[in-house]
Amino acid sequence: MSKIELSRREFLKKLGIGSAATAAALAGCKTDEMKRATSSTSPSSSEGMTYRTNQSTGDKVSILGYGCMRWPKLETPAPDGNVIDQDAVNTLIDYAIEHGVNLFDTSPVYMQGWSEKATGIALKRHPRDKFYVSTKLSNMHNYSREASLEMYRQSFADLQVDYIDYYLLHAIGGGSGMELLKQRYFDNGVLDFLIEERKAGRIRNLGFSYHGDIKVFDYMLSIHDKVKWDFVLIQMNYLDWQHAKQTNTANTDAEYLYGELTKLNIPVMIMEPLLGGRLAKVPDHIAKQFKQREPQNSIASWAFRFCGTYPNVLTVLSGMTYMEHLQDNISTYSPLKPLTDEELQFLHHTADMMMDYPTIPCTDCKYCMPCPYGIDIPAIFWHYNKCINEDNIIDDNSHDRYRQARRAFLVGYNRSVPKLRQANHCIGCGKCLSSCPQRIDIPKQLHRIDDYVESLKLQGPSK
Amino acid sequence: MLRKIRITLAIIAFVAITLLFLDFTGTIHTWFGWLADIQFLPALMALNFVVIIALIVLTLVMGRVYCSIICPLGVMQDIVSWFSSRRKKKKARFKYTKNKVLLRAIFLFLFGLGLCSGFTALVSIIAPYSAYGRIASSLFAPLWQWGNNLLAFMAQRADSYAFYEVDVWFKSLPVIIVAAVTFVTLIVLAWRSGRTWCNTICPVGTVLGMLSKYSLFRPVIDTTKCNGCTLCSRKCKASCIDAKNHNIDYSRCVACMDCIDNCSQGAISYRLKPHKSVKGTTEPTDKARRTFIATSAIVGSSLIANAQHKKVDGGLAVIQDKKIPNRATPIVPAGAMSIKHLSECCTTCQLCISACPNQVLRPSDDLMRLMQPEMSYERGYCRPECTRCSDVCPTDAIRPITVEDKSSTQIGRAVWIKENCVVLTDNVSCGNCARRCPSGAIIMVALDREKPDGPQIPAIDTEKCIGCGACENLCPARPFSAIYVEGNQVHHTI
Repeated sequence: MSKIELSRREFLKKLGIGSAATAAALAGCKTDEMKRATSSTSPSSSEGMTYRTNQSTGDKVSILGYGCMRWPKLETPAPDGNVIDQDAVNTLIDYAIEHGVNLFDTSPVYMQGWSEKATGIALKRHPRDKFYVSTKLSNMHNYSREASLEMYRQSFADLQVDYIDYYLLHAIGGGSGMELLKQRYFDNGVLDFLIEERKAGRIRNLGFSYHGDIKVFDYMLSIHDKVKWDFVLIQMNYLDWQHAKQTNTANTDAEYLYGELTKLNIPVMIMEPLLGGRLAKVPDHIAKQFKQREPQNSIASWAFRFCGTYPNVLTVLSGMTYMEHLQDNISTYSPLKPLTDEELQFLHHTADMMMDYPTIPCTDCKYCMPCPYGIDIPAIFWHYNKCINEDNIIDDNSHDRYRQARRAFLVGYNRSVPKLRQANHCIGCGKCLSSCPQRIDIPKQLHRIDDYVESLKLQGPSK
Repeated sequence: MLRKIRITLAIIAFVAITLLFLDFTGTIHTWFGWLADIQFLPALMALNFVVIIALIVLTLVMGRVYCSIICPLGVMQDIVSWFSSRRKKKKARFKYTKNKVLLRAIFLFLFGLGLCSGFTALVSIIAPYSAYGRIASSLFAPLWQWGNNLLAFMAQRADSYAFYEVDVWFKSLPVIIVAAVTFVTLIVLAWRSGRTWCNTICPVGTVLGMLSKYSLFRPVIDTTKCNGCTLCSRKCKASCIDAKNHNIDYSRCVACMDCIDNCSQGAISYRLKPHKSVKGTTEPTDKARRTFIATSAIVGSSLIANAQHKKVDGGLAVIQDKKIPNRATPIVPAGAMSIKHLSECCTTCQLCISACPNQVLRPSDDLMRLMQPEMSYERGYCRPECTRCSDVCPTDAIRPITVEDKSSTQIGRAVWIKENCVVLTDNVSCGNCARRCPSGAIIMVALDREKPDGPQIPAIDTEKCIGCGACENLCPARPFSAIYVEGNQVHHTI
């Protein structure tokens, strides 16, 4: 069923390995040719990574943090169920550490529950003082005290460590908001337990990651006096800075979140700096504006520089699946060149323009998966967004490009998503609704896409 | 020269007809669809008098050029025979044989009898165009599609939309067996002795042979020039030249013109030969309309309610394949009008099945309708904008129909199976059948009249249902859908 999907990934993966090999080959070139032969994405190792200091522990954390939610996958899961390509993970982590990345952020539920193990295996090959490890209490579904503590202890075993540098209450603010928060961490005494663990030194920094209900965020900051949060993980990027609420009224602009945390002097960790790649792959004419300014730099580099420009940002987490993404991000941050005021203005202006595009704000985090009816939700949104960005959503059959756009959409749809996992099979049961951190009305969007597919099919290739 | 013209035309027609069965995009049909319509038996079944008269006149004027150019099965045998004669010492491997009149008569009689009594599907096994259609669609088409998929694979990597992948799927065992047996038999016969099939078994060959005996133009041996070398006879794939007696059996001559080009003395020429016989009333006997009513056994339909096993592998839920429900009455495409009409007129050439872009049509396994098309919706449904099968059918077993007419033709109607419905088994809200019904025939109603806001179940307005199967195909219940289509014996307008 997922052959098409895999082959696309496989292809990208090969591309990644290919460019890594090219980079390695280039590194071996004679110095004379170096300048000409080195592409701009290769890290300029002379300058080195930018670091930020965490006041409470004195940690010097690389501004680029490695998000372990998107590790390279095996073509087919191993007999024990493992879905992660361990060799590829080892290569990526080795490269990252060698180039100054020192924070690795995972969770017991990432990669279908295999991320901690794979990350642990790769990190075990490095001295413990060379890296900081960050993981979470992801007790979204079973929040009894026993299950939560069991999950906490299992993280130590899977990561093969005896202390955790950064520990988070995972994705608070979702579901029923305050009620769920109390159930997950307060009523069962788990937060008190974690505070004790911090005292005992098994947790060096305690924080939380936040999506959703602003009441929960404000409440958590109101108890900062008692708990003393060492850091907070929020979603921040140039689109969410001032447009998060516009995307979905239930969201809160990152400007507010960052501002409140800075007032309290709590270091900020950033997630979704690229919105799951949506800020790396932008509509063509917006891409042109980026390239006009910095022809050599990637479009993604703007999003990373945006986050790094804010001084209270401790680290920017990026889930890098491919070597070339890792290299590009290291290059952006070695060292960080903060944005000028004029450049910031340009990004805000760009964000305004991007809001005109009706892309679906999916970040491919896969929290909605598996859909019990087999729908590949992120893949459908990915394809739809791709077509929007490439200007291939054309419903009007008198349009010059209608025929070409129709073919690109329909042929691409079958390539990106197996037929049985397409939007027309969504029954609208709504089981995915509560798990989306971006609060997308998934069934409504899927049915909207399906209506579009249906109209293309009914209209046929031409007038 | 004549031979070269014949070969050129034959190759063009053969390639075009083959492509009709291979092309899944529907483009070839726009240009060469008529080649299927001018096939003898399909035209006869469609009562396409223009074509039948044209073919009769053609044969009465020029002999059996139909068999050498238009018939794809004949050309295929010529190709096999040509390869055979490329072997050393096999360049002139034929010899004159007697005309097997009795055998030909028996096959023609049985064939006519089968058509008259409604056993069309069964006797169509020896119909030449249909036999070729089965070979092309079940033996050649998969290779073509795999080739296409390879190109699609490469196109995808080049980020091109020039090619797209198609599903190669197993449609029917009987058809593959029949096609394979026919194919092997023909190869063996053609490899050994050329046109044996055409001059003993083929009913169209026999009928045209009766006409070509009286054809105006024909190869004639000039006895004054003939030196008695018998090369013409040894190179005649129809084994119809009795060189010793300077006789040619025109009922078997397929007007291939080989003898004319081969004769070193120039003793054979294709020319007008007047003769006494009255042209005439050799109208084939199998034109009578059939009265036989095909009664298909009514099998009680009982759907097994299978519990849903939704294995969760973390990334994507496993999707069970759908199984074909036990339909009491089969579903046949709009345009077929009734099961009876289809079963009487269809010669099982598989063209509609090859053309169906929605994976709905497949050959029937029922003995009375063996290899004739029928519909099922576990791989796709009959899309409202598509009339491909009715466009391609050369026999009018599926008559041409417009999109508008199709959308108001009821070929079957949906039936709800309470035990399978996910609203009850999974306790979720659904309504995908109602959402995707193109004719708005499904109304969602409360399961319990007392609780209007409670679980909603589908109810079918049979007056609006056209039996397209969107509901059945898109129903989340697996392997058996909770809503399925029961065929209509006779289609009617809603």
